[in-house]
Amino acid sequence: MKLTLNVWRQDGPGDSGRMVRYEMPDVNPDMSFLEMLDLLNEGLIEKGEEPVSFDHDCREGICGACGVMIDGRAHGPLPGTTTCQLHMRHYKDGDELTIEPWRSAAFPVVKDLVVDRAAFDRIIEAGGYVSVNTGSAPDANLTPVPKDVADNAFDAATCIGCGACVAQCPNGAAQLFTSAKVSHLGLLPQGQTERWRRVRHMVATMEDEAFGSCTNFTECEAACPKGISIDFIAQMNRDFVRARFRDPEADD
Amino acid sequence: MAWLVDFYRSPLAKKAVMAVTGVMLFGFVIGHMAGNAKMYLGAEVFNHYAEGLRTLGAPLLGHGQALWIARIGLLGAVLLHIWSAWQLTLLNRRARPTAYVRRDLINATYASRTMRWGGVIILLFVVYHLLHLTFGSVHPSFEQGNPYHNVVSGLQNPWVSAFYIVANLALAFHLYHGLWSMFQSLGWNHPSYKSARRIFASVFAVLVAAGNISFPLAVLAGIVK
Repeated sequence: MKLTLNVWRQDGPGDSGRMVRYEMPDVNPDMSFLEMLDLLNEGLIEKGEEPVSFDHDCREGICGACGVMIDGRAHGPLPGTTTCQLHMRHYKDGDELTIEPWRSAAFPVVKDLVVDRAAFDRIIEAGGYVSVNTGSAPDANLTPVPKDVADNAFDAATCIGCGACVAQCPNGAAQLFTSAKVSHLGLLPQGQTERWRRVRHMVATMEDEAFGSCTNFTECEAACPKGISIDFIAQMNRDFVRARFRDPEADD
Repeated sequence: MAWLVDFYRSPLAKKAVMAVTGVMLFGFVIGHMAGNAKMYLGAEVFNHYAEGLRTLGAPLLGHGQALWIARIGLLGAVLLHIWSAWQLTLLNRRARPTAYVRRDLINATYASRTMRWGGVIILLFVVYHLLHLTFGSVHPSFEQGNPYHNVVSGLQNPWVSAFYIVANLALAFHLYHGLWSMFQSLGWNHPSYKSARRIFASVFAVLVAAGNISFPLAVLAGIVK
């Protein structure tokens, strides 16, 4: 099938960037979205032009590396789908697509569709860990965890850190990501030691980065390829206030 | 107190402040609407109710004192609500310096997208409403101590009534998103009442707006005269 692509091209962080139009005369409907971009790049390389840079790694929907805005939606039109798992059969002959990078002050564009998501890493560094005793591994099932708690923590842990929540949010807020990371450890018995410090530090780091603030549009939940619930945002809000009122002077 | 100031620096805390002040203002609009419904019972009952607000808390409080305590509390809530919203809006604008060429929202409702401008309409209305029926400075035939006359003669002007109706429609949308949103901001989402949050917001948004809009309509229709 024949497609027209409007792709954001930007030479580097200092470049102002522009939309460039590409005609794709022969796209196979069985291709994934990234394979379609590979095809575009092969053509560009043959013509001696600079290929379009985009992030990708596993191409099976679990790593969180890929992710672009497709027609104004993070990861494209399908719910619960990463860009690599979006297939061209969902488009029809003659469609015109707009492909842009995540837009966030906290995610500066590196090149074309590639953004720097290190702000997420800094949030994780601030508290995304648990303290454990060193030595041999503990026996399995040594620490009992109720089934519903384990399920809930696992739902939060499925976050792949792709940044779609920030990209889709009209405020560029990182509440869904941060709350998933805070909750996934904060719900489990192993994560209780640092529970209050964790929420304070991760939220403080989120706020130090250039993210916006939640206005409960619920766009993040709808765009999340893992379907992570905004319930975790509510839990983070609750834990954050509780952490402050439990120990108002704490500054660790 | 230093920690409280430090706490307020956080956008999460500002959202909590918006939720708490929002609840206070919601309590006011409910009470205000219910009290004003007494206009259907006639001039005497309505004016007696208005006077009753001034003697509230007697003999512990002097004439009009309870009313002033409520006014100061509400003014504080309004200022904190708007100041937090203003600061968060600036933060959110900075968070997306480059707009998308194409944008497609998935879940955002009309109510959630119009919170800021809806809030501005409500603020402008509140200023007008105070000048109109509290201070009487923009009212053509204001009579001190006769609120029934002031309301009825004021709302007989269709342009004035139209503004009251538009402002209350804006209030309905603001409450529809705000009342649901406050549970989220305060982290109240227990499974036992989670699904009721949306119903709560819808019911009270409609109740407040329908009650308030019925007053200008009733005056224009000649039911209240």
